[in-house]
Amino acid sequence: MRLVVASGKGGTGKTTVAVNLAWTIKSLGHKVSFVDCDVEEPNAHYFLQAEWSSEESQTVPVPHVDTQACLGESCQKCAQECRFKALIWMVDSILVFPELCHSCGLCQYICPAGAISETTRTIGTLRRGSSQDLDVYGGLLRIGEAMAPPLIKRVKEAASPADIQIIDAPPGTSCPVIEAMDGADFVLLVAEPTAFGLHDLTLTVHLMRKLNIPFGVVINREGMGDGRVKDYLDREQVEILATLPHTQEAATAYSQGRLLVQAFPEFKDYFSALWESVQARTAAPAEDTQDMRGDEQ
Amino acid sequence: MKELVVISGKGGTGKTTVTAALAGLGPDKVIADCDVDAADMHLIMSPEVRSTHDFYSGELAEIDPNECTECGECREMCRFGAISADLQVLPEHCEGCALCYHVCPVQAVHMHERLCGQWYESATRFGPLVHASLGIGEENSGKLVTTVRKASQATAEDKGYELVLVDGSPGIGCPVIASLTNADVALLVGEPTVSAVGDLRRVSELTAHFGIKTLALINKVDINPELVQELKDFCTRQGIEIVGELPYAPAFTQAQLKGQTICEYDPQGLGQTMAGIWERIESCL
Repeated sequence: MRLVVASGKGGTGKTTVAVNLAWTIKSLGHKVSFVDCDVEEPNAHYFLQAEWSSEESQTVPVPHVDTQACLGESCQKCAQECRFKALIWMVDSILVFPELCHSCGLCQYICPAGAISETTRTIGTLRRGSSQDLDVYGGLLRIGEAMAPPLIKRVKEAASPADIQIIDAPPGTSCPVIEAMDGADFVLLVAEPTAFGLHDLTLTVHLMRKLNIPFGVVINREGMGDGRVKDYLDREQVEILATLPHTQEAATAYSQGRLLVQAFPEFKDYFSALWESVQARTAAPAEDTQDMRGDEQ
Repeated sequence: MKELVVISGKGGTGKTTVTAALAGLGPDKVIADCDVDAADMHLIMSPEVRSTHDFYSGELAEIDPNECTECGECREMCRFGAISADLQVLPEHCEGCALCYHVCPVQAVHMHERLCGQWYESATRFGPLVHASLGIGEENSGKLVTTVRKASQATAEDKGYELVLVDGSPGIGCPVIASLTNADVALLVGEPTVSAVGDLRRVSELTAHFGIKTLALINKVDINPELVQELKDFCTRQGIEIVGELPYAPAFTQAQLKGQTICEYDPQGLGQTMAGIWERIESCL
């Protein structure tokens, strides 16, 4: 099973839920892989105390122009057709801007002279490791590199198809998140009961309906704000699968990089109950999950 | 004219809360919400939208079923897995590269401009706000960030304002890089948690990479005093000036629920603290 933990807003407790849930499931004797898809600011390894056993540089293809074979000024087809302006005709030759390249292969395909081959550009690192008997996978986007999705894809491809994969998604609702959610069986959205929390949750609920993936919500830091998130979820007929209380002790344990399920017995209960809820939802036949999504807007 | 960009690396450290508080301090300014993925600034600013603009970015392929001979060549060639088994374009995977358009032997593929979201120019009680909403699941937030940033600069020039205050995006990728382009000063909002300290390191590498003067503000200091020290030591080593500290106080959430800045909600207490922080930022601008 591929279970993705996501949230529109950063800092709502996505990683907290993901690592504590992974730990809980592992403790029940399941084979769990933890896949950290936040390649911009990965944090799960702090809580899992993961030891990285391998780090592999990851590259994407970018064009290399053979200036001898290139037809030159009279052609410029690659520069004209590249949708990302990654190839530009400069004075007397085609210049490649690797940072702008999406690695689509168009230039190579359309070059009438066969003058374009592919070389590579490094986008970051793929990391494999473990934490006790949990396999951990993650990526680290190179500083200054803009494109996270290809690296996220590599991290997911590297992850062993364990019984259960817990995927920690990056924040937001744009391309990196969609890449992380691709192929998910179920998504847990983490929300906090605040004005910002509600707004960002609303966006993510829309995204889930667009992608048509079954999902449920975990409310984190209950007691911090008010009832607006709960009211919204009621109206939208979205299920709340767990509610985690807001306590100073939990905030401190989090700040120290500790697992809540190890620090507080009550959190162990919350996460065991959450896992049971997830199992019940994912074992359900497809028609039931359809009902759960409420009405399309 | 100066541009101050508030960033954090990690989400949830209080970037928007701090930006909103700064909006009500100092000189006349234009405010830009560059967290286009999950823009929250408007929840505090209550903007009156004066103009709305569609944001188009890139293209989207469409396969005309009447012309398609189902040869599958487009699907085979697409590197993004954006064409399904039944030869439908999957918009969330399509990068608009047009390879399928060129590959199709019967010209059944058509490329369309892609509407990715909207951006707005608004009036608020703190001055003009430029903000945006990215369509759900749309990409290219970096380009939308650039659009917002450029519009806010143009407004500031128009009005003769000397400051553009930008709420940046989380992370270190495409949107953040776009937020930082042209920044005079970056203000990092950090919190004393193991993960935020790691994130702050990464994002400060990014500001160093672009050679931007960097300041730091430590939020939620009471969560973990040991880590506060670690953050301070890190900033000292990196030559990042710390402009102030904020407590972990329920007042911040209460202010947000009321749609107020912390200065409006608690003018005598935390509002005074923020005013002091602004003075220190101003001396660095």
